[in-house]
Amino acid sequence: MWHFIILVGILFCSYQAVRDKRLLVSAIWLAGTSALVSIMMYLIGAYQIAVIELSVGAGLVTVLFVFAINIAGDEPIPNLSFIPKWLARIFAVMAILLIGWQLLPLLDFPINLNQDEGFQQLVWENRKADLYLQVVMIFAGVISMLRLLTDEYQIRILHKEVQE
Amino acid sequence: MNISTSMIVLIAVMGLFGVGLYCLLITRNLIRLLVGLQIMVKGAMLLLVFVGQSQGQPSLGQSMALTVIVADTIVAVIGLALAVQVKRIVGTLDIADISKLKR
Repeated sequence: MWHFIILVGILFCSYQAVRDKRLLVSAIWLAGTSALVSIMMYLIGAYQIAVIELSVGAGLVTVLFVFAINIAGDEPIPNLSFIPKWLARIFAVMAILLIGWQLLPLLDFPINLNQDEGFQQLVWENRKADLYLQVVMIFAGVISMLRLLTDEYQIRILHKEVQE
Repeated sequence: MNISTSMIVLIAVMGLFGVGLYCLLITRNLIRLLVGLQIMVKGAMLLLVFVGQSQGQPSLGQSMALTVIVADTIVAVIGLALAVQVKRIVGTLDIADISKLKR
C-alpha cells in the first residue's frame, strides 16, 4: 500500500516539476520527487543510499537550484517548444514502452530486503578507483563553479594584483 | 490484479524516465532542462538500486548509485553555474536565443 502511494507521489511531483510555469516552484516539486524516491529506496532495503539521496538530492541540489534561480531570475519564456508537444508525448511514451520491454524480465525477481554487510568494504576498498574519481569530480565541480560564478571584473582585478 | 513491489518500482523508473525525457524535449529554459535531467537520473538511480536488490548484490547496486549521485550533483552544479553566467552575459535563458550565438 505504502509503495503504491509513494509511486503516485513520485509521478505527480515529477510531472508538476515539469508542468509548473514558475522555476522556483518547479525546484520545490523536484525536491519532493527526490524525497519520495529516497523513501522508495528505503522501502526496498537500500538504507544507506536512501539517506544520501535525501540529503544530497533533496537538500543540496534544491538549495543550488533556488540559489541559481534567485540570481538568474525567473524570466517568462514563450511556451513554444522546438518540436510539437504531441510529438514529444509520443517520443516519451515510446521511450517508456521500450524501457518497460527491456525491464520486463526483472519482474520475475522479488526484492531481497536482506542486507549484506559489504557496502562499506565495497565502497572503501573494492571500488577505490571510483572513490578517488568522485573526490576529483567534487573538487572539479567546486572549482568550476567558483570560476564560473566569479565576475570577469573581479578576475581582471585579481590578474592585475598578481602582475603587480 | 496483484501488483508486486517490483512492478511498482519499475513503473516508477519508467515514469521518471518518461517525464524527464518529455521535459527535455519540450522545454526551452536552460534551468528547466536541468530539472528534466535530474528527474531522468533519479529514475536511473532507482533502477540501479532495484537491480542490485533483486539480483542479490545490494552493495554493488548501492555503490553504483552513490557514484551516480555524485556525478549528477556535479552536473547540476556546473550546469547551474553555466546558466547563471549565460544569463549574465547573454541576458536570457532561452535556448533558442542562446543557440543563435554560434552563427
